[in-house]
Amino acid sequence: MALTVEQAKTWLEDFYTEIEAQKQYLSDLDTPIGDGDHGNNMARGMTAVHEDISDADFASVSDLFKKVAMDLISKVGGASGPLYGTAFLEMSKTAAGSTELKDLVSAALAGIEKRGKATTNEKTMIDVWSPMAEKLNSDEAVSEADIDQFVESTKDMVATKGRASYLGERSVGHIDPGAMSSGYLLKALVKVGA
Amino acid sequence: MAYGVVIVSHVEQIAEGVKNLISQVAADVPITTAGGTDDHQVGTSMEKIQKAFDDNSADEILAFYDLGSAKMNLEMAIEFTDKQIHLYDVALIEGSYTATALLEAGTKLDDIEVQLKPLKIK
Ligand SMILES: Nc1ncnc2c1ncn2[C@@H]1O[C@H](COP(=O)(O)OP(=O)(O)O)[C@@H](O)[C@H]1O
Ligand SMILES: [Mg+2]
Repeated sequence: MALTVEQAKTWLEDFYTEIEAQKQYLSDLDTPIGDGDHGNNMARGMTAVHEDISDADFASVSDLFKKVAMDLISKVGGASGPLYGTAFLEMSKTAAGSTELKDLVSAALAGIEKRGKATTNEKTMIDVWSPMAEKLNSDEAVSEADIDQFVESTKDMVATKGRASYLGERSVGHIDPGAMSSGYLLKALVKVGA
Repeated sequence: MAYGVVIVSHVEQIAEGVKNLISQVAADVPITTAGGTDDHQVGTSMEKIQKAFDDNSADEILAFYDLGSAKMNLEMAIEFTDKQIHLYDVALIEGSYTATALLEAGTKLDDIEVQLKPLKIK
């Protein structure tokens, strides 16, 4: 259950491909409850990641994640930049000791919580990362359908953090874009089968 | 001046505009800005914020921002800088105006913070 450098690269390349494919959809999700840029933000960040990792060798998962963090922090532009950036920075620190999925996902969650000061049920990406960490930590298998359901659960929530919170009750009925992109990231992780 | 001010906004012209406004009452306070992303779009950039910290001639800085994600990038930049940064969750224009006018008048930081308290909106 420990992630190797090769698996980590496959994970990130798969995520890059998915972001490219879903860029428009992510920005569309961000339109009614945000500013319509989430897909473009993520694509800008992941293009930089792809360019930096595809032909490079990394001595460790920790080094790889550090590079990813720096690219996301400097390239994404929206709130998701510091959030995903901090997630990868925290995973980089943890990976120096363990690349067990549950340790990595727990570290990422802690980073996102630290940076965004949100908790569950606030209609953010936390609503995907938190149940994911919980399942992994109780040694349950997580399927892609489980992750889809975490993402879907944000639809009925009222946003109380991030840009969507300015809409209050009007945010209900829309899936959170950051939850959706986090779903793509975690499904790609489950797929590499570490 | 012992203290400087940094203005962070999603929009370059807002950051510049606020600077324009507040520097009228504070000719001696060093004010630097970080507005928009590196490619001049709407958003915030940690690198621009770092540069605003570096370019400010003061070692102790009062920082003001517009929306939540600017705060996240500010907090990251704070983790990377050696300068002492005070971050305020106050209304951008009123807060930075109050602080800068009081700095110009030589007010102590504690007293400035008392004045800023009712302007906290986030
Ligand atoms: N404080 C926060 N904590 C956790 N996640 C957040 C927070 N603020 C925003 N988000 C996530 O970021 C996503 C928006 O990202 P993006 O559109 O790239 O940035 P922006 O909101 O600056 O335009 C939201 O859908 C949400 O999942
Ligand atoms: Mg957005």
